[in-house]
Amino acid sequence: MTEAHNFEANAISCHAWNKDGKEVAFCPSNNDVHVYKRTPGGWKVHEILQKHDLRVMGLDWAPNTNRIVTCSADRNAYVWTQGEDGKWIPAWVLLRTNRAATCVKWSPQENKFAVGTGDRVISVCHFASENNWWVSKHIKRPLRSTVTCLDWHPDNQVLVAGSTDYKVRVFSAYIKDMEEAPERGAWGCQPNLGSLLAEFPNSPNGGGWVHAVAFSPCGNKICWVAHNSSICVADATKGNTVVRLFTEHLPFTSCIWVGSNSIIAGGHSCMPLLYSVDDNGQIYFVSNLDSMQKKETSGISAMRKFQSLDRQARTESSEDNLDSIHQNTITSIRKLSPTEFSTSSLDGQLVLWDLKLLENSIAGLKIV
Amino acid sequence: MSRNNEDTSGSGFRKIDVDQYNENNFKEEDGDGGSTAPTGPDENEILTLLTQGKNVEALISVLKSAPLGCRNQQTKDSARNLTLKVLLSIKSSQIDDCLTQLDRDLIDVLMKYIYRGFEIPSEGSSGHLLAWHEKVYNVSGIGSIVRVFSDSKRA
Repeated sequence: MTEAHNFEANAISCHAWNKDGKEVAFCPSNNDVHVYKRTPGGWKVHEILQKHDLRVMGLDWAPNTNRIVTCSADRNAYVWTQGEDGKWIPAWVLLRTNRAATCVKWSPQENKFAVGTGDRVISVCHFASENNWWVSKHIKRPLRSTVTCLDWHPDNQVLVAGSTDYKVRVFSAYIKDMEEAPERGAWGCQPNLGSLLAEFPNSPNGGGWVHAVAFSPCGNKICWVAHNSSICVADATKGNTVVRLFTEHLPFTSCIWVGSNSIIAGGHSCMPLLYSVDDNGQIYFVSNLDSMQKKETSGISAMRKFQSLDRQARTESSEDNLDSIHQNTITSIRKLSPTEFSTSSLDGQLVLWDLKLLENSIAGLKIV
Repeated sequence: MSRNNEDTSGSGFRKIDVDQYNENNFKEEDGDGGSTAPTGPDENEILTLLTQGKNVEALISVLKSAPLGCRNQQTKDSARNLTLKVLLSIKSSQIDDCLTQLDRDLIDVLMKYIYRGFEIPSEGSSGHLLAWHEKVYNVSGIGSIVRVFSDSKRA
């Protein structure tokens, strides 16, 4: 049902899979990116990508073109391609920003990627073959603060970005020089890069940095999670109405769609939770996917009792472990296959979850 | 550290607010949208409800008209004092009954006032507020505590 993997990392701040799920790239919360290969004998380190000077903030692996893009607090991004000997070769990307790059995402067609930065700018980058380098175009207005998360619409022309100015914005990401003019989609049509198509405040009560955004598989809905422990869905087919659910958990840091109406969110409460959107557009909680049972307390031995008295000045033993698989904040959730997803955490674990098996084992769990 | 302090080139440049030279700067109130200058709860109405013993009605009324988005500190302070008065006049045994009549949004507002109340303790108030806190926490979990800190419209 779940598999936990350890890579001798103290923490994993972000991760991404290659196309067949046999290789994973992750950042152990420093300036390196580790690429591991799955072998019959377990995970083997394939290469450590060392090019960034400061902490890697985001990475993404384009499945079909097999390229990795990384971005970092050192204000740089690199696109890594695999040479014939299997070594990864970096190509520097000209982001033209003077603050940290915070998040990065390949477009669905893998001919562009977008980088969010602390410079209140989104760099939409594409490859200029005449100059043999990656160039970027900026989306600036009306971003008022650091861009924390991004996602691409399946049509390759629209971007959604969440920011620390408590807003989620939908932009046109059409680049005139390299692609056909976009058709009119659900979010409207603007044949200019950076045109604002929609803007949503995170909460009517103000506040709450946006931590993650995601387009639904059809691209008509956007889900986001923010620091006020909320999960919100905006629907373009319903006049951009926003439905918000203020949850009773610690804030979520990541969210993905696993069906046309199902969302998995995870974050500071260390467990992935399944939410669904019903026919009226309301969000409801379905199930906690981490069904690990509370550990039986094995009774208090005299030894434990005095140890506990000594260390904590109380007799009841308190378990240091959380009642969940992850022992620290979930930092990112990735889809691995239509029925599998993975979570990485600050406890250094990467956990694979099989939705089919979970569906069979948890009563009332249905992915819609 | 001391070497840095003695360094004649100084570290003063670190204190320069470089963001002020940016155009299009973020301002907190921009993020909240326009405020319609709420006036806060009607003190007479609330006090009348309290003297009639209609504590739950008083609580709902005072929470519904809470001037959270207001920028006038005086309005906010008087609303806070009034809300605390209502909270402290409800007995511990009545708290559960009250909470069943509040929706989730009002419970979040209530939590904001509980924390505000901790800031200005009076005789016995904190103990009573802790009783409130425990019961509200049982209903709306840690999420409503997170929202006390993360929402920019505060009590």
